[in-house]
Amino acid sequence: MPMMPDFSLAMPEIWVGVMACVILMMDLFIPGRDRVITMWLSLFTLAVAAWLTIRQQWGVEAVTFGESYIADNLAVVLKVSIYAMTALAFLYAQRYLKQRGLLQGEFFVLGLFGVLGMMVISSAHSLLTAYIGLELLALCQYALVAYNRNSQLAGEAAMKYFVLGALSSGILLYGMSMIYGATATLELAAIAEAAARSGDNILYVFGLVFMLVGVAFKFGAVPFHMWVPDVYEGAPTPVALYIGTAPKIAALALFLRLLAEGLGALQEHWQLMVAILAVLSLIIGNLFAIVQSNFKRLLGYSTVSHIGFVLLGLVAGSEQGFGAALFYVVTYAITAAGAFAIIILLSREGFEGDRLDDLKGLFRRDGWAALALLLMMFSMTGIPGTVGFYAKLLVIKALIDVGMVWLAVFAIVFAVISAFYYLKVLKIAFFDPVEDNSALQASGGFRLILTGNALAVLLLGIFPGSLMAVCLAAFG
Amino acid sequence: MFEGWPLLSVLVWLPIAGGVALLAIGRQSAVLTRWLALVFAALTFLLSLPLWTGFDPHGGMQFVERVPWIPVFGIEYALGVDGIAMPLIILTTFSTLIVVLAGWDTITDKPSVYYACFLIMEGIMNGVFAAMDAILFYVFWEAMLVPMFLIIGIWGGENRIYATIKFFLYTFLGSVLMLVALVYLRFQADSFAIADMYGLGLPLSVQTLIFLAFLAAFAVKVPMWPVHTWLPDAHVEAPTGGSVILAAIMLKIGAYGFLRFSLPIAPDASLKLSGLLIALSLIAVVYIGLVALVQKDMKKLIAYSSIAHMGFVTLGFFVIFPIMANVGFSDGGALLAMQGGMVQMVAHGFVSAAMFLCVGVLYDRMHTRQIEAYGGVVNTMPMFAAFFVLFAMANSGLPGTAGFVGEFMVILSSFKASFWYSLLAATALITGAAYTLWMIKRVVFGAVANEQVAALDDLNKREFFVLLVLAIAVVGLGVYPAPLVEVIEPSLQRVLDVVTAR
Repeated sequence: MPMMPDFSLAMPEIWVGVMACVILMMDLFIPGRDRVITMWLSLFTLAVAAWLTIRQQWGVEAVTFGESYIADNLAVVLKVSIYAMTALAFLYAQRYLKQRGLLQGEFFVLGLFGVLGMMVISSAHSLLTAYIGLELLALCQYALVAYNRNSQLAGEAAMKYFVLGALSSGILLYGMSMIYGATATLELAAIAEAAARSGDNILYVFGLVFMLVGVAFKFGAVPFHMWVPDVYEGAPTPVALYIGTAPKIAALALFLRLLAEGLGALQEHWQLMVAILAVLSLIIGNLFAIVQSNFKRLLGYSTVSHIGFVLLGLVAGSEQGFGAALFYVVTYAITAAGAFAIIILLSREGFEGDRLDDLKGLFRRDGWAALALLLMMFSMTGIPGTVGFYAKLLVIKALIDVGMVWLAVFAIVFAVISAFYYLKVLKIAFFDPVEDNSALQASGGFRLILTGNALAVLLLGIFPGSLMAVCLAAFG
Repeated sequence: MFEGWPLLSVLVWLPIAGGVALLAIGRQSAVLTRWLALVFAALTFLLSLPLWTGFDPHGGMQFVERVPWIPVFGIEYALGVDGIAMPLIILTTFSTLIVVLAGWDTITDKPSVYYACFLIMEGIMNGVFAAMDAILFYVFWEAMLVPMFLIIGIWGGENRIYATIKFFLYTFLGSVLMLVALVYLRFQADSFAIADMYGLGLPLSVQTLIFLAFLAAFAVKVPMWPVHTWLPDAHVEAPTGGSVILAAIMLKIGAYGFLRFSLPIAPDASLKLSGLLIALSLIAVVYIGLVALVQKDMKKLIAYSSIAHMGFVTLGFFVIFPIMANVGFSDGGALLAMQGGMVQMVAHGFVSAAMFLCVGVLYDRMHTRQIEAYGGVVNTMPMFAAFFVLFAMANSGLPGTAGFVGEFMVILSSFKASFWYSLLAATALITGAAYTLWMIKRVVFGAVANEQVAALDDLNKREFFVLLVLAIAVVGLGVYPAPLVEVIEPSLQRVLDVVTAR
């Protein structure tokens, strides 16, 4: 007999879904072209969602909606970081969109629906739930990339993303159908049990491979990374910021739910596959980033290399490894947001400001922005004093503690190679003479948020303990 | 008086706070910047003196502070000094004070950022010496790279971008391999505290890998041949203050790493590879000495001479193994070698700082470092010439100056290992005199070479004061090294005990 689902557990999702529709309606009636009210409403939605999530779901481990939705510590950590990253994206986006007359309610509504998709993925306890969340997120992302109708580059990027994304979603679904064929159930706990019993069945491995391909596409791992540099370069910068931060956390959520929980019994099989993905991502991401002349494209390839590190944390396979991967993704999102924010800072109407040469002499133009850039770049390199170091340290430690020392050495050598292009960015900003001496137009509010972002990178670099503990508690 | 104070934390964070303050408010006026920087540097130096007066040579780790920092991984914020770290901290604070004075009116481009970088770097270097937790040590070690990268890149010479990126990438690669070794040691020792990593009794194969990982980091920092090529570029292109800090402190951090990590944690591997390390040290001493002889740029010459002098330091640390093989553990020979290496570290800190400052004085006036542009400087700058000759003599290892003590101790003790080690090491005295004195002859003595030299002004009061202080230090250490030796001896003996305890 079907039971009534426990709606109170899913309050955050219900709230966000309802508010997104409300904001969509309200936006029609707000007069004037200024959409600041919409933005603040969206931020309010996210804040309340965060409060609801922590209140309803922390310390609880319960399933509902016919066992297709789970509320546990992992879901809370994932969701709260997604809210924070999205809020940051909304705050940064306002200036850029206003300059180009693109500040409309649809941006925030699409963003909120994307958040809803990510929340559903984070709490997925069934194959279908994960897929629904993924598709909701993906469709919103395709629309956001094409948000600037007048930009050909954005249209091309959106098309590429859509085609490749649809293909990979199809592959993911195909893998899911194989798992369903093997286990006769869609629900992850039952799949885990069935896999534990008869996991060496070739059908499982087939399904695993196809599912892993779909997840790898979402991550942007090599060789399924082709969309990353084009989308990062073509999309409007705030959209690239949004896509580069929160959905990466969602991709990790997808992996953890589907492959670590659902198919955990097949760990020996996917460990090797993920290791190959990680190694390739480190190599390709770092080497291709060296030759880029567009800052957004460089950040795209560097994202690929950082995903390599995240995948290495997953390869370690232990709880410590998963915690390390989660910590890495969250802190990387914070850092990437800051880097994109600096590109937004440089941009004006009619001027994208996304080439590396646009950074020339930033130290002399605006010392504070240069300092923020310094913190972001050194955090991505992994220099202590910034949070990026601890992210790498955790992954290295997780690998060494399970005996994969040579993989750790390999990763660390590629971290040094990555230092080259981050230093190149800093060299252009600090050591090159100024070419364009116009003052950076930035409102006090924007500067405040960027300062907060940079301070977060610095302070988390000095006191990383609490965030680390939270990420580890998500698994324990 | 300073009983309850967390003195080491003050020494680490006060300069960093000073640097941040300078960044925030220094933009307004250059005068405010300089005086604020001077106040912070002087205050830090004065606060480091209680470390000396309150130190008990036989007391083990002192001024210890221990606070949990990242409890989930057992990483502590643990600071403490023994006889090895304490003189180096005082050397750091002293050198930074000298550098702040030296850059007084020569740095005109964004001086607040310049001084901020040096102050922050001072705090970080103090942290490296004082850290008792492996991750804390690593954090400070790597963090040093950031201010130095900026200093060379913004205020350096023509080829500064090449030099600073080379410096960064070279040092970074070595350091990250050390990180892997440290995390692996944590896995073995179940603790990140450095003292817990001693005496683990790891198998030789594992020890060798750990030793090589540490070697990658420390050999680049010291620097040892053949990974020394970053140093001539970095030293030459850095501004005077940057060269002083690089030579006086940063090189010593590499040698400190050998004493604190490589020798006690991997003693069997150190024994096995001691031949290699001795060979590399002797190559540095002999070959690099010859390379210094043919240099045309004064700063490059002093840079190469720094490498040669650091060769003595590493020689002193690793020749202990053949010494102990020949005469046993209880003979004082091995201890003498380590003491020689350590004294040479401190002495070279003073001497190379002084040499770079002298070249800086000349460069500020003539804007060239090429030896051929000079000649007969003694005629127009007699006071400067006196100082320059004194420091050159110290660089050559003249008895009575600081440069002699360490070298003599190392040569004397390596005699117990092998006559040939001694002989090759002693050639350093010959080549050292050759390249330094030949440079002095061409630059300082003789007839006035050209009209630019004829127009030179002698030292102003600030430069005179700085060089005088260094001259007192150099001669003082050369004539009466006993206080320093007394402080370092028990700590070095403790290291030796760990190495031989097996």
